[in-house]
Amino acid sequence: MKTIEIPPDSVGIVKEQFVTLCVPPHELALDSGAKLGPITLAYETYGELTPQKDNAILILHALSGDHHAAGYYTPNDRKPGWWDIAIGPGKAFDTNRFFIICSNCIGGCRGSTGPSSINPKTEKPYGMSFPFITIRDMVRAQKELIDYLGIPKLLCVAGGSMGGMQALEWTVTYPEMVVSAIPIATTSIHSAQNIALNEVGRQAIIADPHWNNGDYYDSEPPSRGLAVARMIGHISYLSDKAMHERFGRRLQDREDVSYNLLTDFQVESYLQYQGNSFTRRFDANSYLYITKALDYFDLSHGHGSLTEALRDVKAQFLIISFSSDWLYPSYQSREIVKALKQNGIKVSFCEIKSDNGHDSFLLKNPQQTRLIRDFLSHVYEEHRAHVQ
Amino acid sequence: MSSKNSESRTPAPRYDHEIICRIVKEGSRVLDIGCGEGDLLKLLQERRKVEGTGLEVNEEKVYECISRGLHVLHGDIDAGLADYPDQSFDYVILNETMQEIHKPALVLKETMRVGKQVIVSFPNFGHWPARFQLFFRGRAPKTLKLPFEWYEGPNIKFLTIKDFNNFCQAMRYTILEAYYFAYGHPVKFWANVRADTALFVLNGNKTA
Repeated sequence: MKTIEIPPDSVGIVKEQFVTLCVPPHELALDSGAKLGPITLAYETYGELTPQKDNAILILHALSGDHHAAGYYTPNDRKPGWWDIAIGPGKAFDTNRFFIICSNCIGGCRGSTGPSSINPKTEKPYGMSFPFITIRDMVRAQKELIDYLGIPKLLCVAGGSMGGMQALEWTVTYPEMVVSAIPIATTSIHSAQNIALNEVGRQAIIADPHWNNGDYYDSEPPSRGLAVARMIGHISYLSDKAMHERFGRRLQDREDVSYNLLTDFQVESYLQYQGNSFTRRFDANSYLYITKALDYFDLSHGHGSLTEALRDVKAQFLIISFSSDWLYPSYQSREIVKALKQNGIKVSFCEIKSDNGHDSFLLKNPQQTRLIRDFLSHVYEEHRAHVQ
Repeated sequence: MSSKNSESRTPAPRYDHEIICRIVKEGSRVLDIGCGEGDLLKLLQERRKVEGTGLEVNEEKVYECISRGLHVLHGDIDAGLADYPDQSFDYVILNETMQEIHKPALVLKETMRVGKQVIVSFPNFGHWPARFQLFFRGRAPKTLKLPFEWYEGPNIKFLTIKDFNNFCQAMRYTILEAYYFAYGHPVKFWANVRADTALFVLNGNKTA
């Protein structure tokens, strides 16, 4: 097996950790009214926590992400964690200065309790008996982890897409615990278009005969449905221009179109590949549950307005959007900025010009790196001066 | 030539920045519209401990502001002002920005709503070298203060000190203070001819 050379600005070899919390009778009370426990959370940490415990940053992952945000598990790993471009020595989230935590969200399928986990009451996978969760429920579970790690206050909560929603939710649900937040390429409320795209994905999974009402863990999983769901999702992460430049109308391994249903175009082949490879690492039921949590997300819910929802927030903000992101367009970020302004909360906002669509925040991006690094540097300086 | 000038100017704060520093009270809330790379805001933060926010349309300049630890919002003026509640700031600053705005009357009205006081500065088109060029040479003025050819440069509104005074009178805006200067030095008389820059402090008007 080929061993890769681990780059010097990588956090290097990392190890995933697990903790089981919310053990009955201390189950987590969910927004739906149901209770969930025990809850296992898979998480990773990078860098060192200071003795003052003032340098902890919680990174929050997106729909298909997990707790493996940076580094490699073995020297043979083909790919590092999903935000390796942003986390490491000297990177945007500088592990020489900060203690970084990332956990797999509840409902997920990468080690945290979700529909594919064994329900201790039945000793079978939860399947559709898993309770429906919200973004706030994910954040509540993360709070248990942060308490368990003995961290009184987070210097920053940061993430893109669904991670950005969790960051926003953190500042509202636990205002005293958050010094700053960096929500990226995100929204405070899932729009009709956002819900519509998710619903197509869910219907593709449900229509797959192998889905079997969520009870497929002993048989063949609904991979076709999940692959189609991923394909529609993937389209929404790109942009017209990015697709045009990457694929155009180029044909896949052929001289002319086939005049039948064979794969003609490169973009078709690419999407099929993306869909299929996703089914090897993701659970279809998790996809259903997490997209539902996304669709339920409305930060203003129960507050009357977004401005009212953000009223007691103590954190300062750096909000980043991307010009070609049509999944969570800049206007959605500006809505958040507006509500923060109306509350007199410290906020900076930048729309980065980029052709890479929603996925921009995951790609190599010197502008984003610079914004985050400079913002965190000043936040940390201020926070330390304030505490002393 | 002009880049050399701006370089030699960087170490010592600009004359207009000095004046604004004197006007702004310690610990106040300030909104700087068209804040650029944040020179003025940084100065105000250091000297007057203000709680400042900048508004800037240029992405590169936004990065620069963040790297200096300033709070800055990327966007244009129209979107930037409307969101703020009445009298959110002690001072709203339009430092050499007004001549680049499409609808200055509307923006001024909004700044008066948002700020308790409004600090406005602009290059004076009535400055004598500009008059001289227009009158004797029959050409659009190109001076140290207005260094651009007519077909380039950001300025789209050309006004004189007299124009602005008349405007304030017509709109019933109260001018609290006025400063005139040329080449970085105060101008005491014949300002509309002798000053290349004017700076006004207006009283914010909640009912505007």
